[in-house]
Amino acid sequence: MSTTAKISLQGVAKRFGKKVVLDGIDLDVRPAESLVIIGGSGTGKSVTLKCVLGLLRPDAGRIMVDGDDVVAMSGSNHERVMRKFGMLFQGAALFDSLPVWHNVAFGLINGRGLARAEARAVAVTKLGQVGLGPEVADLRPAELSGGMLKRVALARAIAADPEIIFFDEPTTGLDPIMADVINNLIVDCVRRLGATALSITHDIASVRKIADRVAMIYQGKIIWCGAVADLDHSGNPYVDQFIHGRAEGPIQMQVLKP
Amino acid sequence: MDVLAALGRVVLGFAAATGRLGLFTGHALSHVFRPPYFLGQVAQQMVSIGYFSLPVVGLTALFTGMALALQIFEGSSRFNAEGTVAFVVAIGMTRELAPVLGGLMVAGRVGAAMAAEIGTMRVTDQIDALMTLSTNPFKYLITPRLVAGVTMVPFLVAVGDAIGIFGGYTISVQLLDFNSSTYIRNTFDILENIDIIAGLVKAAVFGFIVTLMGCYHGYHSQGGAQGVGAATTNAVVSASILILTSNLVVTQLFFSR
Repeated sequence: MSTTAKISLQGVAKRFGKKVVLDGIDLDVRPAESLVIIGGSGTGKSVTLKCVLGLLRPDAGRIMVDGDDVVAMSGSNHERVMRKFGMLFQGAALFDSLPVWHNVAFGLINGRGLARAEARAVAVTKLGQVGLGPEVADLRPAELSGGMLKRVALARAIAADPEIIFFDEPTTGLDPIMADVINNLIVDCVRRLGATALSITHDIASVRKIADRVAMIYQGKIIWCGAVADLDHSGNPYVDQFIHGRAEGPIQMQVLKP
Repeated sequence: MDVLAALGRVVLGFAAATGRLGLFTGHALSHVFRPPYFLGQVAQQMVSIGYFSLPVVGLTALFTGMALALQIFEGSSRFNAEGTVAFVVAIGMTRELAPVLGGLMVAGRVGAAMAAEIGTMRVTDQIDALMTLSTNPFKYLITPRLVAGVTMVPFLVAVGDAIGIFGGYTISVQLLDFNSSTYIRNTFDILENIDIIAGLVKAAVFGFIVTLMGCYHGYHSQGGAQGVGAATTNAVVSASILILTSNLVVTQLFFSR
């Protein structure tokens, strides 16, 4: 494995008004590894992902993708880097007005100029790779169950064979069995493509399944990063509290007592 | 001091909103001149705005033309000027009523729908998804709607002109015993190109306003269903106010002496 980082965040900071969300994030993701960021709600996991994707502009710091600083990029240069990415959104974010196959093939048709017939064939193949038959291709997103929506979103994320795939809470809202199915599909797809994966989740079962390394974010900083095998003996009380889901510990939730 | 601070906040907020709208408009217009173009999206929006708004604009024009004929007949009969009905209906419809009422109806139908659709796409991450799929949301969502609005609202108003005048004709001939050929001759005699052109220019301006407000408020909506609802309301209210304001400006530009 190359030691050069595929994605490197250096001192990334982001605030919304007076609320500091990211307070100098430093994190490297190596080529072809699967790194999962864990952390409580509102700790900046999604903001980190959106900064890497260019959907949010950090207030400070650098984000390097294959050695290029994407924060400073705009226009066609940024679009060129974006073509390396695939993204599975938490709520799937499928386009309601388009059939399933067109959702999967959207980036191929509009981003890469593929002919519709050719793009449809690719879409049907990708749907097959996530366990969905060709009969699903002409359905609308509103006709699909939650698990099917996630699978279609996964097919869309891998449709253009991206070098880097982002997964935003891939198993949220699914039953445990379907969550495991999605986890298996993620592992299969990432391995088949040889892609680099950056995921964010609260789901510790998902972390154990899809991660090579894990980073925990708390109060806008990475407070622990290590191999998934070390997660249970990290020696970090914040990580211990989080992975065991305990209310008692150094992470204090603000709740109103009755 | 509190009053001054509150006033200052309002002024700063207004200035910021105006700046945001200006940047949004400039960004959207810049994509009109920069390929790639999503012609399928433009065609789809032209059908949505032009074809599907025909019934509402047509009915509005028809009943407005009819009511106008009745009103003018009743009013002008007070000084024995009933013959002016055809003139007033023709000029009133082409210069003012078809563009303004058509624009307001399109704001209610199209502007609200655009704000709701784009707003829902915003709060469900579909706009972010577009960007991750190498598709510029301005090129795909905003510019096609602006182009369709500017081109199709004049078409709707042209149809509304004809239907409104026909409504006035129907009432005048069927109810008020006007001579059919005289009414038609009077209508064509009084109408000048500038009357129709001014109405169509207004319609293009209104089409731009309606689609811009729908897209702007939808694109910046936040906070789930409530945010989308607020965006829809804001789109219709702001478009309606801007239509009435710009109507005065365009009228002044065309007809002030």
